[in-house]
Amino acid sequence: MADFDAVVIGAGCAGSAAAYELARAGQSVLLVERGNFAGAKNMTGGRLYTHALERLIPDFRDRAPLERRVTHERITLLADDAGFTIDFASQEMKEQGQESYTVLRAPFDQWLASEAEAAGAELICGIPVEDLIIDSSGVVGGIVAGGDEITADVTVICDGANSLLASKAVGARMPLPVHMAVGVKQVYELPADVITNRAMAQSNSDGSAWLFVGDCTKGHFGGGFAYTNAESISIGIVAGLEALANGGEATVCQMLEDFKAHPCVAPLIAGGKLVEHSGHMVPEGGFDAMPELVGDGALIAGDAAMMCLNLGYMVRGMDYAISAGQMAGLAAAEALAAGDVSKKGLSRYRDWLESSFVLKDLEAHRGAPEFLEGFDRMFDDYPKVVRDIMNGMFVVDGLSGGPLRDAVMPALKSVGIFNLFKDAKGALKNL
Amino acid sequence: MSMITAELNIDAYLATNKYEVAPESHIVLRDGAAGCDPKEFDKLIRACPAALYRRSEDGIQSFNYEGCLECGTCRIICGDTIVESWNNPDPGCGVEYRFG
Ligand SMILES: Cc1cc2nc3c(=O)[nH]c(=O)nc-3n(C[C@H](O)[C@H](O)[C@H](O)COP(=O)(O)OP(=O)(O)OC[C@H]3O[C@@H](n4cnc5c(N)ncnc54)[C@H](O)[C@@H]3O)c2cc1C
Ligand code: SF4
Repeated sequence: MADFDAVVIGAGCAGSAAAYELARAGQSVLLVERGNFAGAKNMTGGRLYTHALERLIPDFRDRAPLERRVTHERITLLADDAGFTIDFASQEMKEQGQESYTVLRAPFDQWLASEAEAAGAELICGIPVEDLIIDSSGVVGGIVAGGDEITADVTVICDGANSLLASKAVGARMPLPVHMAVGVKQVYELPADVITNRAMAQSNSDGSAWLFVGDCTKGHFGGGFAYTNAESISIGIVAGLEALANGGEATVCQMLEDFKAHPCVAPLIAGGKLVEHSGHMVPEGGFDAMPELVGDGALIAGDAAMMCLNLGYMVRGMDYAISAGQMAGLAAAEALAAGDVSKKGLSRYRDWLESSFVLKDLEAHRGAPEFLEGFDRMFDDYPKVVRDIMNGMFVVDGLSGGPLRDAVMPALKSVGIFNLFKDAKGALKNL
Repeated sequence: MSMITAELNIDAYLATNKYEVAPESHIVLRDGAAGCDPKEFDKLIRACPAALYRRSEDGIQSFNYEGCLECGTCRIICGDTIVESWNNPDPGCGVEYRFG
């Protein structure tokens, strides 16, 4: 008999959700985390859409360490010396089940793992899983951690973007640079009231999500972000590895430095105290870069399975990870109860994912990675075009100006009207 | 391209993080940092979010694992040209985020 019915690798969003469901179904489950506590090695931009968490833990609002509800959306097209911002606020985005919150992973992941523990899962922290136990016919039968073998009927792999185990479990290929991006982020502490004012929020429990495209990644694929937390601001950039490998002189650290100093950005964090500098990869290969999701005795969920969307101006992966983890946990529990943990016995995991938003979204955006990697106009030319149009409209220098056309047309012609139509069509189709 | 140097004082930023430094590096480079192909090494200089891959003014390449954020970028961006093995740091070691 195996030591556990199931072992789950990684106490991030996906892993804790999977362990939670397995424990609730009465299975014995071990959740193994390499960090000294759940969340100790995890970083995100900052915004969690709640629908997925609500399906897992309906009353999470009463207990989860959420930072601020997002009531202001801002998107900025950033040129080196200018920024054009759209600011959006609506009643609809505050409605229960549609709202989103900023989160910090150290507190958030500890809470989510503690919910799995309360449901009956056993959590060990501070020990990285080194290897999987795989028999000669390829059946996964547990893990090797801290030099010990721990056997289990089902192994759920949730080890995140830099998965060292996906290839062993389900034969995933090593991701290519074009499938990954790197995020670098800093956290600045500021008094709650100051943050509320800068976010133009109505109270200290509301805040803003602010995304940037353009000069933050020096004209290459990627973007910048700034999220308001309860008493800090998370600010960072995400840059595609392929673009970085082939790109110019700028380092990601220098990009973040210049981004923070940009006149549109600097006032947001002015006077703040730097308390952390973090880095993490983002899977962005999308649907076509996903590995097999089921093996004999094994399931894989979350970033480790590339269930993440990077649209340049937006990264989304936590809600996919939570729901995929939940479905993996439920599918594993059913397979255990039915006594068939073969690939076939576990295959309803894939079926459920296919009929859920997880694979539907990822499939709908399958063209996005290729479109965006080749879309340097979005990251370089368009922010400048918009700057030139806006300067034409708003800068009054006492010299006589012509009609609006005189401000708009030269700027549009600089990128080519045909390119503009082509890009608009591509964006509507792929994003 | 070979002129890239770590321009900013990233060390002060990394000093805000909490680390339990392992006695040995969890990342092994094929030829040590000094012997790496400079063009491939440039990718690491650009992409490492902790700027741990550096080239000094007199062209000497170096790598220090101690400030590693364990993101894995260096494992991916150069294929297998430079990084020979990338493992998790020993139990209890490495970076520990307080915010994340
Ligand atoms: C800069 C940045 C911004 C982002 N912004 C957003 C955003 O605003 N909204 C959003 O929804 N998503 C965002 N994402 C994506 C999101 O963070 C991820 O998709 C999500 O965290 C994936 O969850 P996961 O459980 O799959 O992986 P993780 O949360 O990374 O969890 C993996 C876990 O496995 C552990 N682990 C790894 N290897 C081992 C091992 N060998 N043994 C034991 N444990 C191990 C890790 O320590 C970790 O706890 C962002 C990502 C980045 C990098
Ligand atoms: S894992 Fe990330 S932080 Fe560590 S050395 Fe490699 S690129 Fe730098």
